[in-house]
Amino acid sequence: MVKKILHYLGEYKWMAAISPLFMLGEAACEMIIPVFMGQLVDKGIYGGSMTYIAGTRSRMILVAIFGLLCGMGAAYTRAKSGAGLARNLRKAMYDHIQTFSFSNIDHFSTSGLVTRLTTDVTNIQNSFQMLLAMAVRAPGLMIIAMVMSFYLSPRIALIYLIALICLSLLIFGLMGSTMRYFKEVFEKYDALNESVQENVSAIRVVKAYVREDFEISKFQKAAANIYLMFIRAEKRVVILMPVMQLAVYTCILLISWIGAHMIIGENGVSTLTTGALMSLLTYCMNILMGLMMISMIFVMVTMSQASMKRIVEVLDEESDLVNPAQPRREVADGSIRFDHVSFAYNKDAEEPVLKDIDLEIRSGESIGIIGGTGSAKSSLVNLISRLYDVTQGRLLVGGVDVRDYDMEVLRRQVSVVLQKNVLFSGTILENLRWGKPDATEEECRRACRLACADEFIEKMPEGYETRIEQGGSNVSGGQRQRLCIARALVAHPKILILDDSTSAVDTATDARIRQAFREEIPNTTRLIIAQRISSVQSCDRIIVMDNGQVSGFGTHEELLENNEIYREVYESQTGANADFDQAG
Amino acid sequence: MRGMPRPKIENPGKLLARLMGLLFRSYGLQMLLVGVCIVVSVLASVQGTLFTRTLIDGYITPMMEQPTPDYGPLLGAIGRVAIFYLIGVSAAFLQSLTMMYVSQGMLKTLRGELFEHMERLPIRYFDTHAHGDIMSIYTNDIDTLRQMISQSIPQLLNSAITIVSVFISMIALSIPLTVTTILMVVVMLLASAAATKASGKNFVAQQKNLGAINGYIEEMITGQKVVKVFCHEKESVEGFDALNEALFESAFKAQAFSGLLGPINSQLGNVSYVICALFGGALALTTGSGMTAGGATAFFLALVTLFGSLTVGSLASFLTFNKNFSMPINQVSMQFNSIIMALAGADRIFKLLDEEPEEDEGYVVLVNAKTVDGQLTESETRTGRWAWKHYHKADDTTTYQALEGDITFHGVDFGYTDDKMVLHDIVMHAQPGQKIALVGSTGAGKTTITNLINRFYDIQDGKIRYDNINVNKIRKGDLRRSLGMVLQDTHLFTGTVKENIRYGKLDATDDEVIAAAKLAGADGFIRRLPHGYDTELHGDGANLSQGQRQLLAIARAAIADPPALILDEATSSIDTRTEKIVQDGMDQLMKGRTTFVIAHRLSTVRNSDCIIVMEQGRIIEQGTHDELLAMKKRYYQLYTGCQPEAV
Repeated sequence: MVKKILHYLGEYKWMAAISPLFMLGEAACEMIIPVFMGQLVDKGIYGGSMTYIAGTRSRMILVAIFGLLCGMGAAYTRAKSGAGLARNLRKAMYDHIQTFSFSNIDHFSTSGLVTRLTTDVTNIQNSFQMLLAMAVRAPGLMIIAMVMSFYLSPRIALIYLIALICLSLLIFGLMGSTMRYFKEVFEKYDALNESVQENVSAIRVVKAYVREDFEISKFQKAAANIYLMFIRAEKRVVILMPVMQLAVYTCILLISWIGAHMIIGENGVSTLTTGALMSLLTYCMNILMGLMMISMIFVMVTMSQASMKRIVEVLDEESDLVNPAQPRREVADGSIRFDHVSFAYNKDAEEPVLKDIDLEIRSGESIGIIGGTGSAKSSLVNLISRLYDVTQGRLLVGGVDVRDYDMEVLRRQVSVVLQKNVLFSGTILENLRWGKPDATEEECRRACRLACADEFIEKMPEGYETRIEQGGSNVSGGQRQRLCIARALVAHPKILILDDSTSAVDTATDARIRQAFREEIPNTTRLIIAQRISSVQSCDRIIVMDNGQVSGFGTHEELLENNEIYREVYESQTGANADFDQAG
Repeated sequence: MRGMPRPKIENPGKLLARLMGLLFRSYGLQMLLVGVCIVVSVLASVQGTLFTRTLIDGYITPMMEQPTPDYGPLLGAIGRVAIFYLIGVSAAFLQSLTMMYVSQGMLKTLRGELFEHMERLPIRYFDTHAHGDIMSIYTNDIDTLRQMISQSIPQLLNSAITIVSVFISMIALSIPLTVTTILMVVVMLLASAAATKASGKNFVAQQKNLGAINGYIEEMITGQKVVKVFCHEKESVEGFDALNEALFESAFKAQAFSGLLGPINSQLGNVSYVICALFGGALALTTGSGMTAGGATAFFLALVTLFGSLTVGSLASFLTFNKNFSMPINQVSMQFNSIIMALAGADRIFKLLDEEPEEDEGYVVLVNAKTVDGQLTESETRTGRWAWKHYHKADDTTTYQALEGDITFHGVDFGYTDDKMVLHDIVMHAQPGQKIALVGSTGAGKTTITNLINRFYDIQDGKIRYDNINVNKIRKGDLRRSLGMVLQDTHLFTGTVKENIRYGKLDATDDEVIAAAKLAGADGFIRRLPHGYDTELHGDGANLSQGQRQLLAIARAAIADPPALILDEATSSIDTRTEKIVQDGMDQLMKGRTTFVIAHRLSTVRNSDCIIVMEQGRIIEQGTHDELLAMKKRYYQLYTGCQPEAV
């Protein structure tokens, strides 16, 4: 997983590789200074040489400058490769998401994808940078300090080694169990925040049912539970620092005792100098600090593992719709044929959503589709532009299996106005040109006229240049639907599919739109899903869907005569146009 | 968080005082203990550093001169220091343990208080605050506050005490070296300030670009299906690339500049160390074995004669102090930023806590009622009948009045803000048991009217009476309990289907739950769910269709068995056939109870006792279906889709 993420370093690979080297250089400089200092004491002070002291000065300054350069180099390369990794990861994910089919998108929720692209990438960038800063430096510091100690006095260095081994066993043993607790806590913590979120958005329900006290006690219980879990996890961490201190202090005391013996020596033979003792005391700190840093790296990598996993999930998701090797680039006409089609969103599903659909629709026909909640109306039309692949059977558009078309060619010819439709921030004209990037303003105007959107657009102060806010929040529901229809019309499709796209448009306008379709684009096959009988009754033929199957297919009169479901729906909506919608 | 731009806070001092007040009021003793522990552990560590001097000057150097060194006194000295260390370590342990309980405890209390307060805030608060912002208080702000309490505060205390004690020790060891160290620290602080400023600018740019790309991602991913339908992938990627590149540039610069801070400080620290070592070395030399060098070192010699001498042991201790002095100062400057951030978070937390909760001056309460000797009185058990219990202060009597569901509006004006009225002079009368339908365009004020009945909002002018009692006199909880509501936006909670239905009546039995589901026509689809009534719902019932969610919401209202009911587009996503089934069940439930219905489907409103047509916050027509049709005005137009003949 880590390897997969690091693969996206791309052109910053060498920067990322060089950065720890710089860090190592900086660490080395830091390590040399105690040596100089020890020698200063031994040769300069005890040796009484002022020249030596002066010489040490220039050497020490040089080292400091070298250290600074290394440090700056490390900061530069670290920042560049960290930001670069984040950029590449974001781009890789975003590009990959563009290849997703509808079922891939369904698999990840929208908010899930957004989090992965934003928070998770930032998490990884942060830990990666920390890693570059410490991963080599900390062990490097430790090793250099260790080597130096062995060089100065193997006996004392041995004490460090033993302390180091004991401590690392303790720390990593502790970390292992603690991480498990923390993971558990964070999961619960997320759940708690989710429940807050729920309360914020459903506050009206809470208040309407006077459930404030109920929610509060539920929350308090969860919060108390989290408190206990946090305490349990943190208890393990809390002893780390004191234990570290204890180790440092023990080492210092041991060195003092042994060091004193060595300096004073037996029979006048000194095996250690005072300066070396001072250097050793400094290294003691360095070694144990290095260990602490390594344990922190360990924690960080574990923490960002969740983010890594979520990102790799997106990158590994294979689009289940692929273009054929030799795609057809021409759609002959707008005829549609369902040849014993069955479809399930999930391949392991017990019961398919669509069962053995067998239909033939002629080019230029207008088809109404009606049926209850969950009768799979949307699923039916989504197969036509190959937003999903059929599970069984074949679906032919213009006489050719949709799987043989180039997907882009097919979708340009089959325009779908989705049930959950969105507009994007930008001018109205820009939104309309989604259908056809090079559409002239005249083409756009015509499409708006057909969708009865021209009337309100022209009333806006800036007309077609009016800016639409994100999600189309500054136009009403009915206006938004009409703009979406116009956007689909700009593409000049051979097949136009409206999936409950006029539910917020008042009945009169709805009728005018259908009228315009009939007169202006008679050769376009039109499929209209609607709740209202009035929206479909004037269609050439009407499909009645029931529980994933076609219950009836015929003209309004035929269905009234021999389809019970249709008759029932019709009767429940008696009255010419039985809706109170927003007019305008 | 180094180099992050500091958010502006109006009164940081007052805020900090309030926060500390909160901390010390609940955890005064613990904080005192923490303070003592910090002092003890810092002193122990200073003591240890000073021991290096004692070791060299007091034992090693003199013992080197002894022909038969006696290690006894040294062992004693080490033993003494060991005891100091042990005390220090125990103090440090005690400190972090206490701090853990304090910070987690404080967070638990704060979280609880926040939530409790939030639940009591008026709906208006949720209208005027973005939900994302409210959420961020619970997540980000609480988290930064935790860091501040558990890390920044102890570290600051620690740093402060360390700085003071190290400073005193340094002065005791050598005044000239102390002056040198302080000078270097000043240089260090100036350098960090400069680097922070440079990176701060870039951090602002980074935040801006991050915001821009997040917005773009959110918009495009939300519309990803539309992108696919229009084959707009390439354009979508192009837009993304531009933003991604800008973010990369600013992120890189911000990180690079703030990354410089570390090496600059540590090398300046090294320089400081070197200077002290050299200077100290020169000083020590005069105390050492005499002078052998000359010439170039005249400057040092002059200084030495000026400031006096230094022992090797003192130098060793001093050099450790030198490191120990610049470290906490660096830490303080780092902690400073995170404290400012935490204060900004605390500011938002306190702002929420300072919001005025929903006022409830009502005193009329809803009780179960029974008739004893022709007299209406209170009943302990659920009788299916309700009464308003009205306590009259003036003559200390209590009267009971049967709940009828008679709701009247007298000249009601209302606006969400005082300067913009959305309802004007609403006059209407819902008689007990009537079904009242509200129709009209989006934004005409239909939902607003229902939100006034249950006092989600308070009116500016006029009166609303419930069974002839001014709704302001009724305790809000009881008023709302008497009105079942099925709202336009269905919201479900995480939990099982059963728990969601039971939300309407917490002590409902399983049989009651199933009966309510059947009444709402939801039983069928629930049984088809993987685990039936025990199916877990997540994310507002994301695994259900809109229609199914509405059916559950209706079941939830049905189980509450309320005396009056408000249905706000409750069946808009349910197909007409299913709606008919639901309607039959509802009609049965609502028999004899006042019902308000908002709908745009004719079948839903046709058989109402009274249909109220609204436009732009005013009632323009009122009457039965037939009466209104006969008027041939707005209702007629809405109904037939034709232009009205008259007017």
